[in-house]
Amino acid sequence: MAEMTVIEAIRSTLAEELTSDDRTFILGEDVEAGGVFRATEGLAARFPGRVIDSPLAESSIIGISIGAAHYGMRPIAEIQFADFIHAGFDQLCSEASRWSYRTKGDSWLPMVVRTPWGGGVHGGQHHSQSIEAYYCHMPGIKVVAPSFPADYRSLLRAAIEDPNPVLFLEHKRTYRLIKQDVDDAPAETRLGRSRITRRGNDLTIYAYGLMLHESLAAADTLAGEGIDCTVVDLLTLNPLDKETVLEAAKMTGKVLIVHEDTLTGGFGGELAALIAEHAFEYLDAPIRRVAGPDIPAMPFHHAMEGFFMPNRDKIAAAARDLAAY
Amino acid sequence: MAAVRTRRDRSQTRIDDYLLSEAQLEEMYYHMLLARRLNERMLALNRQGRAPFVIAGAGQEAAQVGAAMALKKGIDYVAPYYRDLGVNLVFGMDAREAMLNLLAKRDDPNAFGRQMPSHWGNRERHVVTQSSVVATQLLHAVGIALAAKMRNDPIVVLASCGEGSTSRGDFHEALNFAGIHKLPVIFYIENNGYAITERTDKEMAIEHVADRARAYGIHGAVVDGMDAIRVYQTVAPAVAETRGGGGPYLIEAKCYRLWAHSSDDDDSRYRTKQELEEWARKDPIKLFRERVESDRIFPPEDLDEIEQRVDDEVKEAAQWAASQPDPAPEDALGFVYKEL
Ligand SMILES: Cc1ncc(C[n+]2csc(CCOP(=O)(O)OP(=O)(O)O)c2C)c(N)n1
Ligand SMILES: [Mg+2]
Repeated sequence: MAEMTVIEAIRSTLAEELTSDDRTFILGEDVEAGGVFRATEGLAARFPGRVIDSPLAESSIIGISIGAAHYGMRPIAEIQFADFIHAGFDQLCSEASRWSYRTKGDSWLPMVVRTPWGGGVHGGQHHSQSIEAYYCHMPGIKVVAPSFPADYRSLLRAAIEDPNPVLFLEHKRTYRLIKQDVDDAPAETRLGRSRITRRGNDLTIYAYGLMLHESLAAADTLAGEGIDCTVVDLLTLNPLDKETVLEAAKMTGKVLIVHEDTLTGGFGGELAALIAEHAFEYLDAPIRRVAGPDIPAMPFHHAMEGFFMPNRDKIAAAARDLAAY
Repeated sequence: MAAVRTRRDRSQTRIDDYLLSEAQLEEMYYHMLLARRLNERMLALNRQGRAPFVIAGAGQEAAQVGAAMALKKGIDYVAPYYRDLGVNLVFGMDAREAMLNLLAKRDDPNAFGRQMPSHWGNRERHVVTQSSVVATQLLHAVGIALAAKMRNDPIVVLASCGEGSTSRGDFHEALNFAGIHKLPVIFYIENNGYAITERTDKEMAIEHVADRARAYGIHGAVVDGMDAIRVYQTVAPAVAETRGGGGPYLIEAKCYRLWAHSSDDDDSRYRTKQELEEWARKDPIKLFRERVESDRIFPPEDLDEIEQRVDDEVKEAAQWAASQPDPAPEDALGFVYKEL
């Protein structure tokens, strides 16, 4: 199989799941023609009737997936851009996340909602958002945000096979940017696990998506300066692998949390609280966060977009400060 | 139905007009009456401080029971809304379960004390779990119908809601999708004239919800929802047609909410006594009884017998349910995720 991009990893896994489980089907905008990012390219012809163009209506895509999953199918919904999922927020928040809880497991929803998220693509306000914080605040929905192609493959499969609703976040900037030999790479096969991707004694960086790659690049630079970083690839944001998160914090005593999402109310706040509550005695410095500024959304112009996005330089700068503390 | 009757001369009755057998008519009366008597008992318990909340279907029993009886139990699906006690009774709920649900008892199979009363759901019985958010269930019904069509399962899904709920986007999205894919769904609107305090003219600029069917390329029909037999006669052929691939239906049952919106509402704020009295004359249960009596389908004693049975069941169920265990505080935990 060898080297694959993120988008190839997703496409090949979709094809494999459509082949191996006849309860699976794909529902979303433009998916029959392959979707705007080509994640479903070629699948409609290979799997007639199981790749279904939805009308332009996000509440429908999610609400109808709920019904189909309740009936025993395994719908794989695609929301074209994460920025547009909010029209389906109610169906996820009020319905999908509570389906098992409110019936005490009498009913359940084996469904996946895939969606491209994140910035750095000149997408402006409505093609750049980080949405994870909203959905991590919904017990009952699993939120997955892989970074490497091999994990995209194994975790997408795990998401499809999971009996619960899973929001599967695909960082759109990495679709064609990140390649990996998926046969040799480590691949997490379970939802709810994070991975310590790199080990170093000086400080711990937590990240996911594009920022995981930026954090690894920063760690490379810092290693040349004698600062050794541990880097945690969170993989699943909810339910969070608290054990690994805490283990990594305790290992170094210094913690840097990185995300693209705006700072206030972002997922980093929850990580920081968790670490402060349960690893306080191990900390040698205040917890630091590198995140988007508290403005409503990512601006379009590349200068301002660059200002908004965290990157390897900003991460490295924050890490140097932290290491020196 | 256990009632034993002497055989009557069929030539004396008009049963052939009904498209329903005697047994079905008996069942219809039984379920409508059971729904009403249960609701009455529930409201009484609320007033005595023994039940925190009641939301009832009084006035809508014909619309509910007539429609549900047009479906195949165990095969077809319903995605009902909070007033649809009648639909649930037809689909297999009994008086005891209705009372367990009212009291949010530990063993209520609908919600185990985790939802307000009248939020139904029972997977095995093909009743889709329902939240308080109105009209979301219409999309779930469409998803079930889509799945069934993909699997070539000859089922029909009936999703119901009030007329006010048809203002929401999910209603329009559901009809649109179902129309595109010609899915076997009946969107069933119980138009009771009010959405809490708002009359229908504040919810829509048209007179009939059913007129919206055309905009989505689906069939529309209006039926007198105070007449259970007419409801059945309208819904049954629509069910057959949509099951056969004829596409979805939007059926509007014109009915009336005889009680306040809920046990917390005071309807004297927004409607007159006179209006209520006019509609009370069209009480669907009273109308049904008058019709089957005057058509000589049943002798009055048979109907009295059903009334007695219903009263006994409701009384017994209320007592029994009150003695059932409540959830423990820590029962709040668990089943956040399904584990298979
Ligand atoms: C989305 C949403 N908004 C508001 C409410 C509060 N609410 C509950 S019932 C109701 C009125 C519904 O009216 P209608 O659809 O006509 O049904 P009816 O109660 O008359 O049977 C409202 C506003 C709700 N449950 N869901
Ligand atoms: Mg109404």
